[in-house]
Amino acid sequence: MAFEILEPGLATSVQDKGRLGYYNVGIPQGGAMDQLSAEMANALAGNSPEAAVLECTYLGPKFRADQDAIIAVTGAPVDIRVNGDACEQWNRLKLAAGDEVSFGVLRGGTRYYVAVQGGINVPVVLGSRSTYALGAMGGFEGRMLRAGDILPVGSADSSLATAPILRSVDESLRPAFEKEVTVRVLPGLYDHRLTEEGLETLLTATWTLTPVADRTGLRFSGPEVAWKPRTQPFGAGSDPSNIVDAGYAIGSIQIPGGKEPIVLHRDAVSGGGYAMVATVISADMDLLARSAPGTKTSFRAVTMDEALAARLEGKLVRSKLWDTSAGDGAGG
Amino acid sequence: MSETTVQQARYTWGGDEFLFVEIAEAMSLAANFTANAMANLLQHRGVDGITDICPANASLLIRFNPDLVPPRELEDLVRSVEAEVAQLAHQTLSTRIIEIPVWYDDPFTRETASRFRKGHQRPEGTDLDFAAEENGLASAAEFIRRHHESPWLVSMVGFVAGLPFMFQIVPQDEQLEVPKYLSPRTDTPPLTVGHGGCFACIYSVRGAGGYQMFGIAAAPIFDPAQRLPDFDDFLIFFKPGDIVKLKPVDEAEYRQIQAQVESGHFRYRQAPVTFDLQQAMQDPKDYNKKMMEHLDGV
Repeated sequence: MAFEILEPGLATSVQDKGRLGYYNVGIPQGGAMDQLSAEMANALAGNSPEAAVLECTYLGPKFRADQDAIIAVTGAPVDIRVNGDACEQWNRLKLAAGDEVSFGVLRGGTRYYVAVQGGINVPVVLGSRSTYALGAMGGFEGRMLRAGDILPVGSADSSLATAPILRSVDESLRPAFEKEVTVRVLPGLYDHRLTEEGLETLLTATWTLTPVADRTGLRFSGPEVAWKPRTQPFGAGSDPSNIVDAGYAIGSIQIPGGKEPIVLHRDAVSGGGYAMVATVISADMDLLARSAPGTKTSFRAVTMDEALAARLEGKLVRSKLWDTSAGDGAGG
Repeated sequence: MSETTVQQARYTWGGDEFLFVEIAEAMSLAANFTANAMANLLQHRGVDGITDICPANASLLIRFNPDLVPPRELEDLVRSVEAEVAQLAHQTLSTRIIEIPVWYDDPFTRETASRFRKGHQRPEGTDLDFAAEENGLASAAEFIRRHHESPWLVSMVGFVAGLPFMFQIVPQDEQLEVPKYLSPRTDTPPLTVGHGGCFACIYSVRGAGGYQMFGIAAAPIFDPAQRLPDFDDFLIFFKPGDIVKLKPVDEAEYRQIQAQVESGHFRYRQAPVTFDLQQAMQDPKDYNKKMMEHLDGV
């Protein structure tokens, strides 16, 4: 089966869990920015967490299903319409052949996800179906969707045929899309290059997410952050925020020229010449991806042990999905 | 050349999934050699839970899954790899030398540069004129000669897919250094030969960039469709440790290469070499000459 894309939306792409193992040649991890929402959409549609979904940014697509299908929409709050009739987000939805799906205006957050039973069946490139638009590879023809695209949908995973059905995600488990967030970070990398006050500013100020925020990274506005003056090492460039070009950790924070911190996300450039001073912990990368421009953001320092504990909590939420769900019975 | 040995590296965490090892603050052949040697050794150990090993110019970035390998265990392991590399009496690298045809001072980068002249360090003239001045050279032509006369070591691949950072194999006082654009461009032609700080690069894809632009490489270095024979094994051409000889070509040769690329027949001239760090540092001129002879008759 397939989805015919009638309107592409602003930046709609095919994403899955991403591709590891090629960062050493500059190919980033990619994958759904808000992994938890994408995973929940897959659970509702009766897929394994690895299935590819549609990531919709701000303005979603309009598409038609050419056969009966089971879909689910999760992520940022948005109105869903099937042939003009309102449907519920965070629920398993049935489409009949010829049904048209469209979306209203986002009521918060940035990205929402559409999963379909069987997954979006584009070719696997280097272990993943995720779109890497800059490198024109993966996803649907290596790019964001366009009107007229015929998006292939896979057949249902037969190993899940007898798995329980998840009809709805319990409200207590749905991620929030808030206007004020606290993002936990592990200071390190080149934090010793900041002045003591500079590091303090980073970790105590309230930062505002600017509109310069995409899959590569998110830029924040706020006070200036001071770097220690120094004689730069050979090859490092002239500004105190410069280093000899190095690999960039995904989630790392750089502050070029002491202004407007940038947090790299899943389509990160893999390296460059700006010193990184802290890294968002893995458990909070989804939270960052949910933020809309204007979100007031605090970066709170945690230890490695706290980061690892938070990572475990994230796994717990995923397992709870099935405990408290309105799930029932077996069968496709 | 500068130091022959490297001090102990600095270990620090990039969140709960990345370990960053700063081998040296300054760029040097020795630091880059250590980064690549550590990356290779670590790769061979085949550790469960290490997902990416990314050697860079003077550092190493490792991505790991802390559910499979606890951070402290990983650090101990990488420290043992560092110690093993430090024990190596003779540092050699089995690699290849590749000839990359470049059309210097080409119309594509000239046109792009002219669109971003406002706010450039030297609004009049070209990036090549600026680079010549910065390095106290008489002319752009002299800068171009210095740029292709000695080979380059691919010290890191990344930024975007398949982009090589290259460090010229010459003594530090002969390194060509040019500051980056004051404000990054929003556009760079694909295959632009760029320069920032002491590094040359070849932009693999069109996009933003801050390096000065000197010319354009004639053949692809990133081929997602894997059309050309050099990309049969992988869609990216460069690997860290590659030795690159830039070969100036004129418009006619550029067009000829483009036609070969178009028909799917283009192949890079390349030959296997063993790069010997100590020898290269003792007498770079003589060593480079010998290395480049490997390309004769290929």
